[in-house]
Amino acid sequence: MTTMTVPGLGALPRKYVPILVTALLLAGMFLAGGVRYTGFASGQVILNVFIDNAFLLVVAVGVTFVILTGGIDLSVGSVVALSTMVVATLLKDGWSPWPVMALVLVIGTVLGLGMGAIIQYFEIQPFIVTLAGMFLARGLCYVIGTASIPIDDPAFTAFAQTRIDLGGDLWISPSVVVAAVVVLVAVYVLHFRRLGRNVYAIGGNEQSAMLMGLPVARTKVTVYAISGFCSASGGLLLSFYMLSGYGLHAAGMELDAIAAVVIGGTLLTGGSGYLLGTVLGVLVLGLIQTIISFEGTLSSWWTRIFIGLLLFAFILMQRLITARRR
Amino acid sequence: MTVSPTSSGPLTLLRHRLFWPVVILVALLLLNVVFTDHFFSIEVKEGHLYGSLIDIVRFGAPLILVALGMTLVIATSGIDLSVGSVVAISGALACLQISDLGDQDSVGGVLGAAGVALLLSLVLGAWNGVLVAAVGIQPIIATLILMVAGRGLAQLITGGQIITVNSSPYKLIGGGYWLTLPFGIIIVLVVLALTAFLTRRLALGLLIRSVGGNAEASRLAGIGARGVVITVYTFCALCAGIAGLMISSNVSSADGNNAGLWIELDAILAVVIGGTPLSGGRFSLGGTVLGALIIQTLTTTIYSIGVPPETTLLFKALVVTVVCLLQSPAFRAKVVRRRRPAGVSPVAEEKVRVHA
Repeated sequence: MTTMTVPGLGALPRKYVPILVTALLLAGMFLAGGVRYTGFASGQVILNVFIDNAFLLVVAVGVTFVILTGGIDLSVGSVVALSTMVVATLLKDGWSPWPVMALVLVIGTVLGLGMGAIIQYFEIQPFIVTLAGMFLARGLCYVIGTASIPIDDPAFTAFAQTRIDLGGDLWISPSVVVAAVVVLVAVYVLHFRRLGRNVYAIGGNEQSAMLMGLPVARTKVTVYAISGFCSASGGLLLSFYMLSGYGLHAAGMELDAIAAVVIGGTLLTGGSGYLLGTVLGVLVLGLIQTIISFEGTLSSWWTRIFIGLLLFAFILMQRLITARRR
Repeated sequence: MTVSPTSSGPLTLLRHRLFWPVVILVALLLLNVVFTDHFFSIEVKEGHLYGSLIDIVRFGAPLILVALGMTLVIATSGIDLSVGSVVAISGALACLQISDLGDQDSVGGVLGAAGVALLLSLVLGAWNGVLVAAVGIQPIIATLILMVAGRGLAQLITGGQIITVNSSPYKLIGGGYWLTLPFGIIIVLVVLALTAFLTRRLALGLLIRSVGGNAEASRLAGIGARGVVITVYTFCALCAGIAGLMISSNVSSADGNNAGLWIELDAILAVVIGGTPLSGGRFSLGGTVLGALIIQTLTTTIYSIGVPPETTLLFKALVVTVVCLLQSPAFRAKVVRRRRPAGVSPVAEEKVRVHA
């Protein structure tokens, strides 16, 4: 954590320090893994992290928008589960894939829109509203069905089994492409569009943003709608990955998404952070799981302990950085 | 508790902070009467009290405990997400020690195991408190660390398995009876009385409200805000620890993965339904107990009227939304257009901005 004082980095603006630390951590983890385990230091291992976490990446992008405004969205995991459930049920009923995908995206967006509107216009804390949204979406899953529903639609299985060769024995799944597109569009919106400026302004200081005449209400509702849309997209990707719809899918994913955002250097008070950080955060979480599976003898619960420790380290670091700024 | 009504009458009653929660609870209970015969009857069998109402309190006891601790944390404008993990850790540690005892029925051994589990809960709570008060991390994030890592710790303690114990003294905590009452209810009453004494009779309640209202101003006024915050988080974890013992004792086993899962959300809901604002500065212990009872009654109702239990979450979402909307000043101002008597503002206070 002392990299901040390394002379070569002195010229670096302080706002890039958290993201740089995350990048260094990622590189360090990869190097350590490469030294320790045979077959770890290959490009495919990194690509597999992307393949296995494409849905988390998409969800975390949406959460980043919300957190940048200083809010929080606890409903994402449930919306993901609901999406897989809706997809599986409708496909089983003989719907064709494209209308189903469109419908799922609409459902996610409308849910986010509704939560955002309640948060904004009835002034109830985001924590409580999205908590209710989380219960609602999970409850709807169980209303649809309590068992896991397999997906055997030819278009979905084809999408799930497609491999995109990158040459040299490297391959990715189409989900990775989707996730990459989502990330790129989000970066464009966040850094080159007026909406993105407004998001940062509201996260920095909502009252100032209001006094500056920025559309605070519209922007806040929009970020929750974006989060809902991203969760629904994540749900679609998860249904490709799992090829099933189940009410217990993505349990606790909201925590993973928030953890990824925090590890990526975004301040939970809002107003500071980058999407690139979130991408790195998701990679760190994915790499932890990869390392633990390579280790073999470590049990799965060590994942949670490591994530907790990482969270602690990063939050402490953020705290030091923001304290110095004063 | 009261919003200092100067005149009595139906309108004042309507404006009481606990009016809507009470209405909801009564409505839920009345709904039960329609579907269940003798819902309100309480009888004594073999020296034990039995009845649907007793069951609601008995099964709701861990939630009431956790919510009580959570109330004080939220009153300091904090939040504790880690209680579910503490519930799992405390139950896991106690069961692990009891399963190692030569004689699982020895009272001393069980007391020792429970003591160690509660001690660890205190340490975990103090850790949360130090992160929030001394290091200055946002409460939701500081406790998120333990929430994520704690589940791992609990599974580490149990070795990833479900530890089963067969100990009659331990069974008493969550499933036994004492003086005709279920022991869990007695524990809740004791903790409630203790909390009420600490916060009503001693200065602690005032200090908590003051820190929650404005931590910086309290510090300038000479209040040791750090000490208050650390105390409150420690107390919250202790309540969670006791709840953990109750839950694991009731089923005579410890499950690191599922014990107390999502109880933090239920507890926060109970607190909010009970009229304690998440922005802190004031709190209502009675409201919290009411909130926890509403949640438990809702669960019981769903079982008794024959709706599939999986839909509990749906109804929970509905109740939360309705209660929060009814309590939201903005909602009431926008939707429920009411005549306001001049000079009386129904809104006790409004915070400018609240980070979730």
